[in-house]
Amino acid sequence: MFRGLWKLTWLEIKIFLREPMGAFGSILLPVLAFIGVGRFMGRKLPLNSSPVAGFLRVGLPVFASIMIALSGVLSLVTIISIYREGGILRRLRATPLRPQTILTAHVLVKLTLTLVTMALMVLAGKRYYPINLNVPVFGFALALLISTWSILSIGFLIASIVPTARFAQPIGAAILYPMLALCGLFVPLDTLPPVLHAVARALPLTYAVSLLQGIWKGDAWSAHMGDVAALVLVFLICTALSAKVFRWE
Amino acid sequence: MSGPVIEVSGIRKTYGATVAVSEVSFQVSEGEIFGLIGPNGAGKTTTMECVEGVRRPDRGEISILGLNPFRDVYQLQNRIGVQLQQAQLQKRIKVWEAVDLWASLYTKTVDANRLLEQLGLSAKRNAWFLTLSGGQKQRLFIALALINDPEVVFLDELTTGLDPQSRRAIWELVRGIRDRGKTVFMTTHLMEEAERLCDRVAIIEHGKIIEIGTPGDLVRRHCPERTVLLATGNEMAEERLRSIPSAESVTRRDSQYTLQGKGEDFVTEVIHCLSENQIRVTDFRTVLPNLEDVFLKLTGRSIRD
Repeated sequence: MFRGLWKLTWLEIKIFLREPMGAFGSILLPVLAFIGVGRFMGRKLPLNSSPVAGFLRVGLPVFASIMIALSGVLSLVTIISIYREGGILRRLRATPLRPQTILTAHVLVKLTLTLVTMALMVLAGKRYYPINLNVPVFGFALALLISTWSILSIGFLIASIVPTARFAQPIGAAILYPMLALCGLFVPLDTLPPVLHAVARALPLTYAVSLLQGIWKGDAWSAHMGDVAALVLVFLICTALSAKVFRWE
Repeated sequence: MSGPVIEVSGIRKTYGATVAVSEVSFQVSEGEIFGLIGPNGAGKTTTMECVEGVRRPDRGEISILGLNPFRDVYQLQNRIGVQLQQAQLQKRIKVWEAVDLWASLYTKTVDANRLLEQLGLSAKRNAWFLTLSGGQKQRLFIALALINDPEVVFLDELTTGLDPQSRRAIWELVRGIRDRGKTVFMTTHLMEEAERLCDRVAIIEHGKIIEIGTPGDLVRRHCPERTVLLATGNEMAEERLRSIPSAESVTRRDSQYTLQGKGEDFVTEVIHCLSENQIRVTDFRTVLPNLEDVFLKLTGRSIRD
């Protein structure tokens, strides 16, 4: 069923790192930016004034994680559409490789890169950010894994249908970024008007944020089973749909 | 040679209002190179993709190696090798990595190193795909098509865009595939390629097959005309040559003569006439029609149009 998955995943990681902007753009740049901001703000911030400190303590790490996950999704969408346009998918189709295997390999690549980036960030954060790092790192990593996997499945679905590589990035961004505004990171969900609140409840990102924030703050997993269930549901729906509508060329 | 490896009967495929192929039927025997020839857009690739199981025909039956290509596609893919028109690989994949990935997908594989060597790619093992020349890319695609030791190999417009030298090298490789007992199903719009390579060809135009046979057969059947060009200073020559019964026309330009006639015996009769009358010639050439002429005759247009 998934014959060739590991080989393809490993191969795609190597190929990605060979891209001129690959490793730098997706791993080093975010970490460097994070360090830069940390050095600049670390000295000046009044850490006791509660809203800013609160955002720094919980909002920023979650925001950073989400942004990295989203850029992973956009890059997934772009790569799949380039593969389709270039006839690479066409060539792969005439082998025993299944479409699920190809997409899963790319998801694994993105997950790996996301986790590597996050690990570097945590290390950098330890050094530069005066925040309490007594957070459940492994729990958070697991929460991030579940969230990214789920968000990637949305990317999967977008990647299955975008017509050309040129539109992949904008279409992906147009679908994903608006979710950011309503996901509860910047404006607490309870303060939203009822209509927007309902919309926010329908967005997968909202559950990812809720889960990530909760685990970061030290909540028990049992308090977030609803979030996990929602994310798994999104994954199942998107995967099933993309298997149906996937286009090889 | 034995029974048919591929049997196609009455397939039809439409894209919207466009009929890509209709009523296409043919058989491919074990161990032969079978060519589907015709101009671009005639339906070659569609037909081939239906046989490969990549596309499903709207109507008709296809059997390959006793399997139904659409229903048994995954089983089939283990037993066939495919080279696609205008396919690409990841730009920065290395040659050996591609072969290694492909090898991991099949239950039975041949030795990858030896395969690369046979295809003249050993020196390019560590080269990225994007750095390969057109001919090297095609050879890599042939390697990928052969990695699982397939029983049937599909080659779609294999040499399009290659220079004559690479083209000849690729033809040698394809003959090698047949000589190892495999069946080759190929498409081409190059009549010379079909003539040099194919044991049998099917001519397809506007989605219909209009003729099937060996290249020699088709030429004999449709283009029996023979042309002899000769040069002689003998003044009696014109009169003598005109008396050859099978000569339909004799035209003269100074010492150059062009004779046209039909049938297998025409050239022999010309030679016989020359020797009988002791006409000394300084040049003697025969021009035989080829598949290009057959195509022109059958369709009323040149394949290059």
